[in-house]
Amino acid sequence: MHRESDIRLPLILGDKTYHQITEDVCRPIENQAPRGWYILISIAAVIALYGVGCILYLIGEGIGTWGLNNTVDWAWDITNFVWWVGIGHAGTLISAVLLLFRQKWRMAVNRSAEAMTIFAVIMAATFPGIHMGRLWVSYWVLPLPNQFGSLWVNFNSPLLWDVFAISTYFSVSLVFWYIGLIPDFATIRDRMTKPLTKKIYGILSFGWSGRAKHWNRFEIVSLVLAGIATPLVFSVHSIVSFDFATSVIPGWHTTIFPPYFVAGAVFSGFAMVQTLMLIVRKVMKLEAYIHTKHIEYMNIVIMVTGSIVGVAYLTELFMAWYSGVEYESYAFLNRATGPYWWAYASMMTCNVISPQLMWFKKLRTSLLFTFIISIVVNIGMWFERFVIIVTSLHRGHLPSTWSMFYPTWVDIGVFIGTLGIFTVLYLLYARYFPVLAISEVKTILKSSGENYKEGFGAGEGYYGADGSHGHGHDDHAHEEEEVVSNKIIEKKPVELSDDELKLNQSTLLERVGSADASQADDLKLISGVGPVLEKTLNSIGIFTFEQVSKMKSEEYNLLDSLTKSFPGRAERDNWASQANDLMNK
Amino acid sequence: MADTIIYAMYDDDDKLVDGAKKLVSNGIHVNEVFSPMPIHGIDDVIGVRHTRLGIAAFLYGLTGLMLATLGMKYFMIDDWMMNIGGKPSFSYLENLPAFIPITFEFTVLCAAHGMAITYFLRNGTLPGMPATNPDPRTTDDRFVMEIRTSENSSHSASDIQALVRSTDFVELDEKTV
Repeated sequence: MHRESDIRLPLILGDKTYHQITEDVCRPIENQAPRGWYILISIAAVIALYGVGCILYLIGEGIGTWGLNNTVDWAWDITNFVWWVGIGHAGTLISAVLLLFRQKWRMAVNRSAEAMTIFAVIMAATFPGIHMGRLWVSYWVLPLPNQFGSLWVNFNSPLLWDVFAISTYFSVSLVFWYIGLIPDFATIRDRMTKPLTKKIYGILSFGWSGRAKHWNRFEIVSLVLAGIATPLVFSVHSIVSFDFATSVIPGWHTTIFPPYFVAGAVFSGFAMVQTLMLIVRKVMKLEAYIHTKHIEYMNIVIMVTGSIVGVAYLTELFMAWYSGVEYESYAFLNRATGPYWWAYASMMTCNVISPQLMWFKKLRTSLLFTFIISIVVNIGMWFERFVIIVTSLHRGHLPSTWSMFYPTWVDIGVFIGTLGIFTVLYLLYARYFPVLAISEVKTILKSSGENYKEGFGAGEGYYGADGSHGHGHDDHAHEEEEVVSNKIIEKKPVELSDDELKLNQSTLLERVGSADASQADDLKLISGVGPVLEKTLNSIGIFTFEQVSKMKSEEYNLLDSLTKSFPGRAERDNWASQANDLMNK
Repeated sequence: MADTIIYAMYDDDDKLVDGAKKLVSNGIHVNEVFSPMPIHGIDDVIGVRHTRLGIAAFLYGLTGLMLATLGMKYFMIDDWMMNIGGKPSFSYLENLPAFIPITFEFTVLCAAHGMAITYFLRNGTLPGMPATNPDPRTTDDRFVMEIRTSENSSHSASDIQALVRSTDFVELDEKTV
């Protein structure tokens, strides 16, 4: 078993058991969605529909409805594309790169970050798609045999590299995400009681049964996919930056672009993960799994990548001056002092100054501050792309062609629309999908769960597979185990006469209070109680959590004498405290 | 011959591993283990062989690399030599730098999807397949060992059950097929 140093903060807070993890993640899926969810999805759906309307109008009328002109022939379309692709970098970085680095904290956020990646890449792909004008022939970007003779796509063009990079990135991320989802869908399938939902999750779970051989393959597939997705993440935004870097436009053709774009992408992606996760953990009550330490780790990534971006900005400025190329110098002077100075100033403030505040521990562990900064960073990163694209184009080598870019309502509508579509997709995901990787989180419970680290509650300290105990908890764990085994021997069912049984039953009910079937709770929610045991309990006269919560060792003994099954189970699983928790939900 | 399947249920992964070790040391073949998450160390105990999917992924990647190379050589050099700025593409090697990004992407594409498809087919996990775990709780917090009498000819069902009882189990079930 993986052991973790005691001085590391636990990644899972509170007294969690395997069952509790399942419960916590499945609760939002099984319960009625809160009213806020319906309000949010309605608003998002209206915005999304408006966006779809704008896209349809654009396709009907043509690209002329955008604010592009002869000089600025590429503006919001590619800005939005790069912005969304950048956001889409955090998910696979978290699940692939951090898997290779064995960063266990990623398990709290990888599922949701990957979902964000997939939706963000869909939004990104929309822009080149509609930019083609004729969406229905978008398959022409593939090298397919055709009726035009030897007409192939140009493999020397970075735009075609982009087609391959984005489609590979999207499909590999999707497969990576889905392979991880399958065991969790199986968990939901096995919990569902309604036939229709059970059927749906049954199809989604591909008949996963958790066999040892399948888990063996699962782990290798995850590892190998992480291994090949890692260079993929870095290649995608490098290739996006080649769209600009291989051109001959001052302000674009710089060799610093690939690393600078990748750092910027991770920077904005993590900011978006923070925005979403801070809401998700609160609304879905997952604070025990995604707590301040996780937020702090992500803030450190934001600080590091933000600093790389800041250094890149300064390097660009230095090179523009040091190169002695006056066109290059002017491009940067114009950025900072020309008519788009406000965009440049926003970019500098949001991207260079705000991440530096993360050096203060107080600030990077403050959730409210993190939330604000995450939004600031996303605004800043949008301006970065706008600055690079528009300010480099609007004043070229020929001053008579100088121009400005003004977005039309279609430009704005399409962009706002993608925000709406993204939100709709994300809300649907949060409602129907397990937002935490249930099976993965279970694997770190014993090494990083607070109860196991501290040796209280359900965790009996470190309990190694070989029967040895981890340091620090030896005596404690050993004692408990001995007591447990003694109990079983002592409590081998003793044959009692019917009268004695009746007496036991009435004493038990006297102590815990009586109830009838009309008040019945779902006792199966208690870990250790199955359908059969529930029936037995009901036949004794125990129906509610309240009754179970009153049990102490004497009551447990009475109960054991009545149920005659698994002596000692109720006490070991601590039914009373479980029932108490369930009652107070 | 009628086959008796014995399901031994545990509420902890470590207890299952300890139980499995005990059974195996008594000469019992544990047919299968169902668990809600990967149990590290169980593969060696019950004799699950290490998967070769990693090798498969490498071969798929190699296939992708070759296809991309051959494809781009045909499209850009052999079939229609594109003349860009008066600099025609005379040979694949001269133009190689421009082909590297797509070669890389296509290699990754083939390796990832080839491995994923193989994984699904080998597992038999495909859309609409029925679940085969013996108890719905094995995807939650229960760990089940499956022992078949047909694969343990030297032990009777009651022998096996007696051994299971000596481990830290929580439920014991038996099915005859």
